[in-house]
Amino acid sequence: MDTKLRAILPDQELLKFYEQMALCREFEESCAEQYTKGHITGFLHLYSGQEAVAVGATAGLHRDDYILSAYREHPQAIIRGADPKRVMAELFGKATGICKGKGGSMHLFDPNLSFMGGYAIVGGQFPIAVGLAFASKYRREGRISACFFGDGAVNQGTFHEGLNWARLWELPVLFICENNFYGIGTEVHRSSALADIHKRTCGYNIPSEKVDGMDVMAVYQAVKRASEWVRERNRPYLIEAITYRFRGHSMSDPGKYRSPAEVELWKERDPLPNFATRLVAEGIASEDNLACLRAKATAVVREAVQFAEESPWPDDREVFSDVFAANGEEVCPWLK
Amino acid sequence: MAEINYRDALNRALKEEMRRDPSVVVWGEDVALYEGSFKVTRGLLAEFGEERVLDTPISENSIVGVAVGAAMGGLRPVAELMTVNFALLAMDQIVNHLAKIRYMFGGQASLPVVIRAPGGGGSQLAAQHSQSLESYFMHCPGLYVAVPATPADAYGLLKSAIRDNNPVMFLEHELLYNSKGTVPDDPEQTIPFGSAEIKRQGSDVTIVAYSRMTILALEAAEELEKEGISCEVVDLRTLVPLDTTTFIESVNKTSRAVVVSECWSTCGVGADIANRIHENCFYSLAAPVRRVSGLDVPMPYSRKIEKLCIPQVVDIVKAVKETMEAKS
Ligand SMILES: Cc1ncc(C[n+]2csc(CCOP(=O)(O)OP(=O)(O)O)c2C)c(N)n1
Ligand SMILES: [Mg+2]
Repeated sequence: MDTKLRAILPDQELLKFYEQMALCREFEESCAEQYTKGHITGFLHLYSGQEAVAVGATAGLHRDDYILSAYREHPQAIIRGADPKRVMAELFGKATGICKGKGGSMHLFDPNLSFMGGYAIVGGQFPIAVGLAFASKYRREGRISACFFGDGAVNQGTFHEGLNWARLWELPVLFICENNFYGIGTEVHRSSALADIHKRTCGYNIPSEKVDGMDVMAVYQAVKRASEWVRERNRPYLIEAITYRFRGHSMSDPGKYRSPAEVELWKERDPLPNFATRLVAEGIASEDNLACLRAKATAVVREAVQFAEESPWPDDREVFSDVFAANGEEVCPWLK
Repeated sequence: MAEINYRDALNRALKEEMRRDPSVVVWGEDVALYEGSFKVTRGLLAEFGEERVLDTPISENSIVGVAVGAAMGGLRPVAELMTVNFALLAMDQIVNHLAKIRYMFGGQASLPVVIRAPGGGGSQLAAQHSQSLESYFMHCPGLYVAVPATPADAYGLLKSAIRDNNPVMFLEHELLYNSKGTVPDDPEQTIPFGSAEIKRQGSDVTIVAYSRMTILALEAAEELEKEGISCEVVDLRTLVPLDTTTFIESVNKTSRAVVVSECWSTCGVGADIANRIHENCFYSLAAPVRRVSGLDVPMPYSRKIEKLCIPQVVDIVKAVKETMEAKS
């Protein structure tokens, strides 16, 4: 907190962080409303509270670094560049969705943005991130794989297998744990024998660090440093971002396992107003500037909802398409 | 006879069996403090304490494997996989260990393990969370497979599963938890494995189904009755052991059969049942055996197309009518 923001990034970038976090929050809160209205169905896991991680981390990566995540991933896709309209349409199950309405909230994907997927099987993304890093190294592309996951995922075999593998084969993977202290209703100390997740990498000879995941600048700086380290050395690294989800695990979770006092305490650390205070205190923005950015985010989300509402449903024939690829088709056209 | 829902019937069975036998223990992800993702384990922690009701890490292969070890060590674990989709992460312990240990060690060990797992589609949970994997387990020798359709069956079969000395994959359907029905008051009134039930008597055609598809088959039979078609509905209740006698006798009587299952068609449960009907009823069949199954595609999210992938009442009605029209 000592370093002045301007010493780290130009004003315009700092304001972008604020705007992006506001967009994430707006988007997620709007999803909650659309779920209540019955427009979004199935499982809906919202990211509110964790915005500083997605925004800071994405900014610390190169534009073509791979990103993989779990099922709480709308903001990660949007910050990477996915059109909020098409993400919302996906959540509505519409044909114009980012995955044609076939994937839904938990399965966003856009290879043109190197956003390599939201996965709903806890721990499913670890080996896939390792494989992408292998391909990048093999093809000498210089891009790294950023693999986001929750505190609950670290007890899957794939976490340990992935860490070991990435180190053994010297692959550029940046593991980013979003430790929000809960896997559904189970607090991290009740699921992990060693709850300091970043310490777990010592068994695999992988360096790691812990960062304040409610502070967008701290996340940005840590990821920027770590990603360059990973890129230069072709070696994995792990960042544990300490954060909190303000809502239940999913829309159907009333969250009774957390005391209201605990939730309130964390809400005082809300990354949005806290960053706003710093921007104002350091004379980077006025309250009005920030209100303006929030209004802009609201407008973007409103437009996204309207687009989703007005979009057509998938054609019935879509059921049978995409099961298999045709030979002769280009396999990874986005790599061109 | 009390009217309760499927969830509470399972809950009652768990509590009664835990009271009856102190070697019964329950574990799984979020089963204790959170009382289960679907609240089937509600009240268990409060009544039986932390020693017998335990939250586990998200480590499915070990949820099953630790149950295997505990069973070898004298306990009767009832392990919950939050949904059957995650059984795929535990297939090594289920298929290579749980199912085989007794046989490969020459019958020296028994594994009284129950793996409870909710499954099925229809809630827009998309491809990774909507699967019906019963044929995977049915395919593997050494596992019993229970697929209850009603609260009474859920209750009676779960009690039998816990008392049985063999591994049981106990597959619940997520869309049935709130369905109501009467359940016997007598805690000793269990339902034996390998006993199908004729849930509706009829004379024109036999519909063989299980789990949620039984409920849909009964609705279809109701509709068809109005059109003068009399359906007999056989609910398999357990896929292993499989009661072949009940459906074979029924088909020999009606001379027509429609087999309904939610799982994918290819190599699905229905394929096996249809084959058994052909082998045993060929000369009394008046029409080819028809199947109604889930479409052979990963489940799409969008509700507009999701429903096309899961058998609906209209699909069963249509299949029955086509069977009735077929000339031998
Ligand atoms: C293999 C597997 N097991 C269980 C689940 C059910 N489940 C979904 S999310 C979740 C908790 C994961 O917690 P965490 O990794 O901390 O992520 P968070 O939800 O906090 O973002 C569980 C148990 C699943 N989806 N996949
Ligand atoms: Mg978590």
